[in-house]
Amino acid sequence: MNRPIIDRAAIAPDLRRIERRLMLKHALSLGGLAMLSGCVLDDNAGIERALATALRFTDRMQALLFSRARLARTFPHSALTTPFPFNAYYGIDAVRTVDAGQWRLELSGLIADRRPWSLSQFRALPQESQITRHICVEGWSAIGAWSGVPLATFLRHVGADLRAKYVMFRCFDDYSTSIDMATALHPQTIMALDYDGRSLPPAYGAPMKIRIPTKLGYKNPKYVAALEVTNKFPGGYWEDQGYDWFGGS
Amino acid sequence: MKPDRRRTHTRIVRLTHWVATAAMLCMIGSGWQIYNASPILPFTFPPWATLGGWLAGGIAWHFAAMWVLMAAGLVYLAHGFASGHFRRDIRPQGVRRTAQDFALALRLRLHHRAGAYNAVQRLFYTGVLVVAVLAVLSGLAIWKPVQLGWLSWLLGGYDIARRIHFTMMALIVAFLIVHLTLVAIVPSTLVGMITGGRRIPDSDRTQPRIQP
Repeated sequence: MNRPIIDRAAIAPDLRRIERRLMLKHALSLGGLAMLSGCVLDDNAGIERALATALRFTDRMQALLFSRARLARTFPHSALTTPFPFNAYYGIDAVRTVDAGQWRLELSGLIADRRPWSLSQFRALPQESQITRHICVEGWSAIGAWSGVPLATFLRHVGADLRAKYVMFRCFDDYSTSIDMATALHPQTIMALDYDGRSLPPAYGAPMKIRIPTKLGYKNPKYVAALEVTNKFPGGYWEDQGYDWFGGS
Repeated sequence: MKPDRRRTHTRIVRLTHWVATAAMLCMIGSGWQIYNASPILPFTFPPWATLGGWLAGGIAWHFAAMWVLMAAGLVYLAHGFASGHFRRDIRPQGVRRTAQDFALALRLRLHHRAGAYNAVQRLFYTGVLVVAVLAVLSGLAIWKPVQLGWLSWLLGGYDIARRIHFTMMALIVAFLIVHLTLVAIVPSTLVGMITGGRRIPDSDRTQPRIQP
């Protein structure tokens, strides 16, 4: 298909008209009304700052509310959502795969033994299974069955500093996220290698997904390639764009 | 102020009314933004009516306004119970009285008197307070289905709590429409909610009488 050639100068007046109409519509919206009642309407940077501050407060409250002893509800196998939905920041056609035999988990940061780990090494550790509800930040949810190595077991095994604040995950699909140490040590936080009794399929994050039923979907990274234990706030793919960092449920 | 001559609305009622109104409008606009990300009914809200610009912005507004709404709500509820405002002015008045006032209201013969609520108003305000509390509780249940698992369980689990949350929003919007219509019919009530209204002796706060 040929791309039409756009003469910017010719359409500029139209664009300005549309922009004015949109601005007027926004001003009339509920949000506009709400802002009129208290906040400064034209100070967008101020509003952004206030929202960011409120979000940090919300995250502190979430961390206070979190308990390592409180478990996410588990379900019978009959409750599984079939098929479990694929979800990523790209479409299913763009899923990336690696050779499971060649794959290694790279370790860095506050860890005593930082040698990379292979899949067979993970298979040799004790495994945990869970059937829990995955809740997406968009509001939908689905029940899935995962099993793998509890993250706490692994962190102890490699001598991670368990007093550090954060555990960061980098993925080979260019995704990333990070969690608080309390959640990393939660008994239901697992390094999932299997889905419903079989090796993780590519759509679900092969060869390793971090499954955290106490957090929203975007805090459950797939295609994990590297793990870092750190005290420096690490952020993440969605978190850096404005989603709340704690993302707890 | 002498105890027997009170304003129509106390300072705390007026302050919490307007703070909660602003917070509630933010909650509704940002809630529609969040709803649009994964609708549970076969429609979405028009973008111009939503707040936040995109999902993350909607969530940021929703969380920020949530704390304001909860703070204003708690102050209002504590004041309402402690001052006797709920017992005296808001508490519904039984089926017969309410039915009588409803019948009058439907024939447009129910009169409004500053400082005294008729049985229909009492039912209406009690209703929206219960709905607002349920909106907050169901919101907490879908935000924290693990940490507040008991609340989520009490409301029928994550998916049902989500539908309850939506329903409470719809009821609040319906309340807003009726409430604003009535304010338009009796505009002095708006002045009263801003300035507090004139001081009314308690003896004049008896129930509105049926007009002959």
